[in-house]
Amino acid sequence: MTRTRTPAVSDWFTGEGDGFRLLGTRCTSCASVFFPREDSHCRNPHCAGGALEEVPLSRTGRIWSYTDSRYRPPSPYVSNPELPWEPYALIAVELQSERIVVLGQTVPGVTVADLTVGMEVEVVPGVLDEDAETTWTTWQWRPTGVTA
Amino acid sequence: MAADGGDGMTADVAVLGVGMHPWGKWGRSFVEYGTAAARAALADAGLDWPDVDSVVGADTVRGGYPGYVAGATFAKALGWQGARVASVYAACASGAQAIATARAQILAGLADVVLVVGADAAPKGFFRPAGGDRPDDPDWLRFRLLGATNPTYFGLYARRRIAVHGDTPEDFALVKVKNAALGALNPYARYRKRVTAEEVAASAVVADPLRLLDICATSDGGAALLLCSLDFARRHGAARPVRIRAVSTVTPRFPNTVLDLPDIATDSAVAVPAPDETFRASIARTAYEEAGIGPEDLSLAEVYDLSTALELQWYEDLGLCGEGEGAKLLREGATAPGGRIPVNTSGGLASFGEAVPAQAIAQVCEVTWQLREVAGDRQVAGARVGITANQGLFGHGSSVVAVR
Ligand SMILES: [Zn+2]
Repeated sequence: MTRTRTPAVSDWFTGEGDGFRLLGTRCTSCASVFFPREDSHCRNPHCAGGALEEVPLSRTGRIWSYTDSRYRPPSPYVSNPELPWEPYALIAVELQSERIVVLGQTVPGVTVADLTVGMEVEVVPGVLDEDAETTWTTWQWRPTGVTA
Repeated sequence: MAADGGDGMTADVAVLGVGMHPWGKWGRSFVEYGTAAARAALADAGLDWPDVDSVVGADTVRGGYPGYVAGATFAKALGWQGARVASVYAACASGAQAIATARAQILAGLADVVLVVGADAAPKGFFRPAGGDRPDDPDWLRFRLLGATNPTYFGLYARRRIAVHGDTPEDFALVKVKNAALGALNPYARYRKRVTAEEVAASAVVADPLRLLDICATSDGGAALLLCSLDFARRHGAARPVRIRAVSTVTPRFPNTVLDLPDIATDSAVAVPAPDETFRASIARTAYEEAGIGPEDLSLAEVYDLSTALELQWYEDLGLCGEGEGAKLLREGATAPGGRIPVNTSGGLASFGEAVPAQAIAQVCEVTWQLREVAGDRQVAGARVGITANQGLFGHGSSVVAVR
């Protein structure tokens, strides 16, 4: 049976392969960028508020910090309790042109030992988890030096 | 400055009584811990429960409906006596908001004597979000999309300090060694055993670079304060009570550029430049300004050491040292007993484990004992001014300055 690929969260990212991007919004009045997307009103307290338009965020950024999760996180994170827990790394990435730091998981196979603060990473599509009918997709960070 | 109020004293309220239920994993209701702490605070103040004009409860989100209306829950358990009631929630800063509410009632002349209570019965393991599918709740999303537990955020902050300031895991371990030695002297602490740097280094990594003994546990516990006007304290025969001189409950300023629990991203600084100071630094500065003091006036500080590395961050945010100098201050012994500015003489969260709504109140209990000079083997000689500092999830500042 083929599973449907569905974003684990709606409208936060789009595209495939090299065209994959995180999606934020930008205030047309003050140019503040929001991720996760802000669709109701600009949150700059000095801005009267303009229309919020969807914008793709930069594809690459630099590692602000990183860590990992050596123990199984609680629900609603989904993992198979039958299988031994496999730690994964989390990276906080600074996007230069948006002046924002965005957290994400690394692609599978990259561990904290492979990372340094300041290293360049790129955003890529990834799989968060799967159930019987659905492959839940997400964003992941991958060091630009790595091809996999 | 609002706190100066002309004669410089009008903004003080007295701490007439303090009380705690020991921290631990007792397997009972938060109501029991809170009322035990309240009765201890009443006894300490030499007051009876019917003397209390108002009760302010710091809520817990882990006790069902009674936890959301903690003030009334404690009032009912102590026996309805008609007191004014309020219940507040601000995550880890709930206790400070309860103190701020009580203080405002006293300073406004709405109440003479206010009981502040916070208590929690903690779950096993990681804190987790409330149940159900809530894709518009950042706290639910960070678990669903990233499995980002609280310790992973502490790991990010710790790694950042290593990269930017050159801190080492050995520095972090020394925080635990210091706090565990103090907790061993505190009858209310959950962990009362000294810990060595080797034991920290041998504990399992939870969120790189932090190990189990770098990260605070979650605990059951309860703490209470009996606050009153200075007039009432005088009439009651308390000639020189500990006084609360400032309570900082500020929010961040846009753009908040330090990744904050439970957020998945920071604000963007592309349109508006980042403020000159971080949110945490603004929490302390506001408290200092309101109290009319500076870090040089402090005898001691109780800070929220959710992780060992975070304690070092607080040293800098409180202005005890310059940015990046936290580890140096620790290594010099300045923050240990007998040092220039002892930090977490209670043993800190390292020795207590976090009981969310009780913790900020417990910090004030410790400062009160220190300022009364009844802290026994933990006593800071000649303590006159103490500060507490804490930051609640979702942008809640929390800092209290007490003097005697
Ligand atoms: Zn705007």
